[in-house]
Amino acid sequence: METFLMQIFNGISVSSIFLLASLGLAVTFGLMGVINMAHGEFIMIGAYTAYVVQNLFRTYLPAAVFDVYVFVAIAASFLAAALFGAVLERLVICRLYGRTEDSLLVTWGVSLTLQQLARSIFGAPNVGVDAPSFMEKSLRVSSTLAFPLKRIFILAIALICLGSVYALMYKSRQGRNIRAVMQNRNMAACLGVNTKRIDCATFAAGCGLAGLAGCALTWIGPIGPTLGTNYIVDTFMTVVVGGAGSILGTVFGSAFIGVGGTTFEFFTNASVGKVLIFACIILLLQFKPKGIFAVRNRALED
Amino acid sequence: MAGKRFRPDMTVVLAVCIFLFLAVCPFFLSMFRVSLIGKYMCYAIVALGLDMIWGYTGILSLGHGVYFGLGAYCMAMYLKLEASGESLPDFMIWSGQNSLPAFWKPFANPVFAMAMVVVVPVLLAVIIGYLTFLNRIRGVYFSILSQALAMILSVLLIGSQEYTGGSNGLTNFTTMFGQSLSSPAMKIRLYYAAFIALVVIFIICRFLVTRRIGKIFIAIRDGENRVRFTGYNTAVYKVFVYGLSAAIAGIAGALYVSQVGIITPADVNITPSVEMIIWVAIGGKGTLAGPMLGAILVNALKTAASEQFPELWSYFLGIVFILVILFMPGGFVSLRSIPGKLRRKFAKTAKEEYA
Repeated sequence: METFLMQIFNGISVSSIFLLASLGLAVTFGLMGVINMAHGEFIMIGAYTAYVVQNLFRTYLPAAVFDVYVFVAIAASFLAAALFGAVLERLVICRLYGRTEDSLLVTWGVSLTLQQLARSIFGAPNVGVDAPSFMEKSLRVSSTLAFPLKRIFILAIALICLGSVYALMYKSRQGRNIRAVMQNRNMAACLGVNTKRIDCATFAAGCGLAGLAGCALTWIGPIGPTLGTNYIVDTFMTVVVGGAGSILGTVFGSAFIGVGGTTFEFFTNASVGKVLIFACIILLLQFKPKGIFAVRNRALED
Repeated sequence: MAGKRFRPDMTVVLAVCIFLFLAVCPFFLSMFRVSLIGKYMCYAIVALGLDMIWGYTGILSLGHGVYFGLGAYCMAMYLKLEASGESLPDFMIWSGQNSLPAFWKPFANPVFAMAMVVVVPVLLAVIIGYLTFLNRIRGVYFSILSQALAMILSVLLIGSQEYTGGSNGLTNFTTMFGQSLSSPAMKIRLYYAAFIALVVIFIICRFLVTRRIGKIFIAIRDGENRVRFTGYNTAVYKVFVYGLSAAIAGIAGALYVSQVGIITPADVNITPSVEMIIWVAIGGKGTLAGPMLGAILVNALKTAASEQFPELWSYFLGIVFILVILFMPGGFVSLRSIPGKLRRKFAKTAKEEYA
């Protein structure tokens, strides 16, 4: 029973990380139709920002306030990644709307460059970030069962982000404008929406979410220049399984890959688990080629 | 069309130039350089296969390292067994295996191994292609799936250490068909084997794209639904071209491993797979000669840059790739049309001035 509960918790925890990492992708890929292969590198940017913030706190501030760095790091990693995202959008992505395949290739070039940039600045070896002391405890459920607090913290951040993205997209004027631009750019422009600004802001928000995910990842493992590549496949699979353009789909996709993946890995081993989950995804796409919560559309071509 | 002057296809001329250069290389370059160029030729073969599916049929596969790797591993299994003789391959002893796994046994036979170099990649490609193209999973969705395939194969290869040598891959080969792999004569032979494979595969691809089937490939790229509505079963064509490119990649992998002497899961993963796409894009997709040139040039530059300043190479490749996609979608080969474009532009401005 306890193994089972622990397994469920592990599954949910991994799902929450995938959810956090792929929410940004759900915005840039799902809503904007831009395949951002550099998404993983925005995760990396967030992670390194958290690292820098931690170092600044350690060097310039008394040890008593060290734990506060978490909140500064969360904000800073969102902003840093969003800023990079905005610059990338203005320089490159803005030329690529409607050219999905090209956006994929160009952003791959961007990701190569960013990885090398990280390697030049921070060096190739992994660096570690110390989680604040209050996160090192765990929530004791019984004598043998304890849930690490940082995992719960990440779950909470993921849920807060999910709520904010939902509120932003579906309950605010800004979100209505975003969806209008993505559905019919020309019509939205005719009705007075500043499409260029919307594009830039949306892309920046998506990248910012990736940065946030990167900040969260620093608490569960070391970070390095190739941090992003470890997540890029899983996050894209999450969005594909869930159905591009649907927030609910992203939640479902991350749960599917997170819980499914950990379950398979529990019964077999890490590599066979990956193969099985991939087989499941291919099987699922046989029945739902556009993902589970595909946004219906009368157009024949994508 | 005034005057029926003989005007050769510029890309064929370019391909012939490349072939001539490659054919004479061993006569004036050092052995070290020759084996490097032999390696680039294997990449050029992969680029040809990728050009068939991406440049002509519009299927962007980000996982062709898989087929390259499968071909290479099939060949490497034979080479490994020949190197170990009667005993078990070294890595199996290290990981505590007592006997040769059943699926390794037939690879002692070189003919079987060489057949598998083509059969295994084609089989996997047909299964994957059938399951995806039949359900009209296409465009970027297919690209993402193919990328996941690359990651999974490399994870699987690393995970099953006792069967595949784990992340060290397969290496330490000694002989091939009883001939020492390190002797210069054998190296030259392998070089020309790769050269002949490149030329033959070029001719096959060229044959296909200039025939009716090539027109259908291009039509699928430019408007798949219209082709379907005209009565063609596009899935069959896509599975065929995907299998063909997998076979080509498998052959390239086998030639690669016999020349380079090592294959590791790192050669199968996403990064090398996307690098293959970069060669095709930089060379010029949809031209056959362009991707060959791209593969050879990019890798020659890579070797040169890695010798001098390894730091800068990733920046360079990343930025060149971005610039090519953004501003030169036709790749290097499209540069030849610049004089014509400029002439037309000047002619136009001149006309406007008089108007």
